[in-house]
Amino acid sequence: MALKTWKELPIGCVVSEPGSASEYHTGSWRSQRPVWDNQKCIKCGICYVFCPEGCVQQMEDGFFQADMDYCKGCGICAHECWPRAIKMIEEG
Amino acid sequence: MIEVRWHGRGGQGAVTSVELLAVAAIAAGKYAQGFPSFGPERRGAPVAAFTRIDDKKINVRSGIYEPDVVLILDSSLIGLVNVTDGLKPNGKVIVNTNRSPEEIRRELDFKGTVATVDGTGIARKEMGVPIANTTMIGALLKVTGVMELDAMKDSVEHRFGRIAQKNLNAMKRAYDEIKISN
Amino acid sequence: MGKRMGMEVAMAVAEAVGLCNIDMAAVYPITPQSHIAEHLSDLVANGEVDAEFVTVESEHSAMSAVIGASGTGARSYTATSSQGLMYMHELLPIASAMRLPITMAIANRAVSGPLNILNDHSDIMPQRDSGWISIFVENGQEAIDMSIIAFKIAEHQDVMLPVNINIDGFQLTHMVEPFEMPSQEEVNKFLPPFVPHATLHPAKPVTMGAFAMSDYFPEIMKAKDEALKNSKKVVVDVFNEWGKMFGRNYKLVETYKTDDAEVIMLTMGSMGETAQMAIDQLRAKGIKAGLVKLRLWRPFPFEEIKAVIKNAKKLIVTDRAISFGGPGGPVFSEIKSAMYAETQRPLIYNYIYGLGGRDVPVGDFIGMFERVIADTANQLADTYEFWGVRE
Repeated sequence: MALKTWKELPIGCVVSEPGSASEYHTGSWRSQRPVWDNQKCIKCGICYVFCPEGCVQQMEDGFFQADMDYCKGCGICAHECWPRAIKMIEEG
Repeated sequence: MIEVRWHGRGGQGAVTSVELLAVAAIAAGKYAQGFPSFGPERRGAPVAAFTRIDDKKINVRSGIYEPDVVLILDSSLIGLVNVTDGLKPNGKVIVNTNRSPEEIRRELDFKGTVATVDGTGIARKEMGVPIANTTMIGALLKVTGVMELDAMKDSVEHRFGRIAQKNLNAMKRAYDEIKISN
Repeated sequence: MGKRMGMEVAMAVAEAVGLCNIDMAAVYPITPQSHIAEHLSDLVANGEVDAEFVTVESEHSAMSAVIGASGTGARSYTATSSQGLMYMHELLPIASAMRLPITMAIANRAVSGPLNILNDHSDIMPQRDSGWISIFVENGQEAIDMSIIAFKIAEHQDVMLPVNINIDGFQLTHMVEPFEMPSQEEVNKFLPPFVPHATLHPAKPVTMGAFAMSDYFPEIMKAKDEALKNSKKVVVDVFNEWGKMFGRNYKLVETYKTDDAEVIMLTMGSMGETAQMAIDQLRAKGIKAGLVKLRLWRPFPFEEIKAVIKNAKKLIVTDRAISFGGPGGPVFSEIKSAMYAETQRPLIYNYIYGLGGRDVPVGDFIGMFERVIADTANQLADTYEFWGVRE
């Protein structure tokens, strides 16, 4: 995509398409992925709260999963999970 | 143009007086400036305030160094502050005091016009407070003739509402009772 | 019809802003601006002005609040002075980059230290490069007029930039003087409703003030510079429109007896009228003196300035601020750069004066003229001096 010239910029550089950041898939940065052990999970939601990408979601059964399009593999969810239900495993 | 320097103490209403006077002069179709000595407000400290009145537009925005009239709201400032500093030799001094103009003339060693009136006494009787700032406007108008006393009515009413009439009465008494020595 | 009246200028500015159908104001009081804050909040509290008055806890918050409010499409106003303006500083370029048409009165006051509350221009000068339109006023009437005019300039579709109105602290703000206050009907006729270029609204979300790296940052800066330069035309148009409606005509640069002047003085702000008296006195002595008053500081009116000073032999630029360790006063360095490429130009002198509220009577301006005229060997040209400083 060609970069815009100064004349083509909207006034004040307003980004008029809401949520356009979602087009950027940070999942490509990941070298490790979180894996939940639902035997240990107590559904406290701390992984959901701490995920810096906001990509951890609660499923219908009450357990949690990360959206791999956006999960960067940072491991914060695993670090914060005190029942130790989340393990980081190598990609590939 | 007439330039007046007011001497008072912080809280005695010198700034209110210059404002009332300027607003009234402007309402009467004249040009005027009213301003305080710029700086922090300090209750009790000697302060000055200034009035300029003219029939044409006033351009000067510097301080007043050679006033035509000096008005002293608090006679205890005489000796503490050089009240006649820069006063034109044929200028006028107006003092709120129960002493005579001759006595003040001797004390100030001033050869121009000296006028005195017991503004505080009048204010106490007419308004029940010893604040003579509005009262002394009456004295100023009598001595200078710069405006009619009636010209003050609107600006005083706008500012003081229910107690305006008392202020106007006090002003009138100072206008009538002031003693002038040329 | 407007009404001739007398009032303290700071309060009159609040009254004028109150006529502008503002939606919100966030003003933190600071001497000598406080009477604007107090009176505007009175007008809102009394129901005379239908607006939100946000009582912020600092000037940083005040500017943040007006940026947010302006982003939602609200006509937003603030006012400050000196240290308060310094505290706002980091937000000023953000307001202009986001192209938010905020207007702000600055009751100009010296910047600490030492602590001083009186007038000079050392507070606005560090904000010079913030991308705001910057106007200086000379008297109470101009302070009122520009407070209204500023909204129309700022909100013009070709501008969309914040505007500051510089009103000398105390010298103007604390002066009771006569002026004509426009009526509500007149202001309504002059000032159309604010149509924002974008708004923060849940129904149609946008992102304002997004992150930009080196791939876009220079383009954004260029766009901002062009917008500010182009605003000059709108400033002229709006001044003309005001003149037609109210009979008070304003130019970017005002002149007084400059046509045949050999020595010209240049002032900015409230000292103009006092300097004008000096011109009259010098003319009475047969000296061909003239005066130029700079009203628009940003965007800088290069062409207009050049046109009025180029034929003089000597030009005295007066500054109420100094660029420490630099070329002298900020106005001086601007004028010098404006004249650099001109083959015909006056010798330029610079006096730094009136700092921290030091009073400047007519005689001081005459003294500056006399000193410059006496400099027959041109030794003082292109240099700056502090006027009236004890040696």
